[in-house]
Amino acid sequence: MGDHDISKVEELLYTMKVEDVMAGDTIVVDPELSMAEVKQLMDTKQITGVPVVRGDRMVGIVSISDVIGALEKGQLLRPVKEHMTTDVKSVTRDTSVIELIKNLGRRGFGRLPVLNGEGKVIGIVTTGTLLRSLLTQMEMSYQKKEQEKLQRYRASHIFEDISSDDTSVVLRYIVDDRDFTNAGKASTMIKKSLQRLGAQPPLVRRVAVAVYEAEMNLVIHTDVGGEILVTIRRDRLQVSTVDHGPGIENLDQVLQPGYSTAPEWIRQMGFGAGMGLANIKRCSDVMRLMSEPGAGTRLDILFLFGPGGLSGAAGLPKKS
Amino acid sequence: MTIRDIIEILGGRVLVNSGDLDGEVPRGGAADLMSDVLAFGTDGMVLMTGLTNPQVVRTADMAGINVVVFVRDKTPPPETVEAAQESGITLISTGYTMYEACGRLYQAGLPGRGWVKIEEDFS
Repeated sequence: MGDHDISKVEELLYTMKVEDVMAGDTIVVDPELSMAEVKQLMDTKQITGVPVVRGDRMVGIVSISDVIGALEKGQLLRPVKEHMTTDVKSVTRDTSVIELIKNLGRRGFGRLPVLNGEGKVIGIVTTGTLLRSLLTQMEMSYQKKEQEKLQRYRASHIFEDISSDDTSVVLRYIVDDRDFTNAGKASTMIKKSLQRLGAQPPLVRRVAVAVYEAEMNLVIHTDVGGEILVTIRRDRLQVSTVDHGPGIENLDQVLQPGYSTAPEWIRQMGFGAGMGLANIKRCSDVMRLMSEPGAGTRLDILFLFGPGGLSGAAGLPKKS
Repeated sequence: MTIRDIIEILGGRVLVNSGDLDGEVPRGGAADLMSDVLAFGTDGMVLMTGLTNPQVVRTADMAGINVVVFVRDKTPPPETVEAAQESGITLISTGYTMYEACGRLYQAGLPGRGWVKIEEDFS
């Protein structure tokens, strides 16, 4: 296992909870059941320990070593309550896995029942269920990475694979006004698309910051929402945001850093400081703002990066 | 300073771990103003903030920040956690106030961005 795999395991141990690694639908037994019946149950279900439950409450746990103990003393027909372990360590659904490991496997705790607030058994964790969950998670994260690699490889070859005198990729996103929960999603998708197209990280960052500020402007200041158009060419990229909102009275004023008309609730969420357009200007090569009161607003943002800007992808064939 | 060091210094709780805990963090910053984050954020920076809405994660993502620390033991809503998982951002929560969280990291040797005249940046 490489260093990377080890840190992935560690990462999972830190972030996963008991509910992610437990087996639900736990088999439980009644304290009045005989040890012989428990032995039979363990045989058929292929398990080595069972929580003992009276009513809805756990009163102990009976394991295969308790069965052996009863067998040695010739007490297999005695009830479970006489042979079970009553000093049982348990965990809850949201116990962290790192905490779980400290208790699991320590003297006699080969399995830990998972209890809810009322003391009812809702699952069980063993080293087996833990290992299986970790492996599944690692497999999933590996597949996700491979998938991303593949998507990135495909997208980064668009400009080579498609023949034309001037190829451009156009992305269009609809932005709703006042929809704060989804605000920023278009920018997130644009950032990801640029990465897949092979854009260099500094360029990705410049575009991402500018487009995010522009998207927030659509969310905050238009009463109808708008759209974002991204046109990507081999050597340059243009972002245009268009809305049919109220328009802007004084263009010089809105370009002043610190000038803001944002309402209080927007400011409470950390936005509306009047730095948006200034930020966009700083990140881009050319910025054009066109607006008239009552006629909506259009903002064009241009990024120039030369023919090498989208060549971040490995193995990209160079044009002679 | 690594993310693991930061967790230790701040007695932090990991809410979402999206990357390598041994990853190097070059500098830190703190803001409740997202426009500030977009203006001074740099790649790999750790951001201390008192806001917990999903925009914090999206802002951090756009600015290239991949670790966010919520101060005063704030727990973010599920949308924020989801956004962080999607964008590969690590979320940590600490009981310290913004002032003390920053102070502790700075004292331990984590630099900031130095003197930033934001207005001049725009010229």
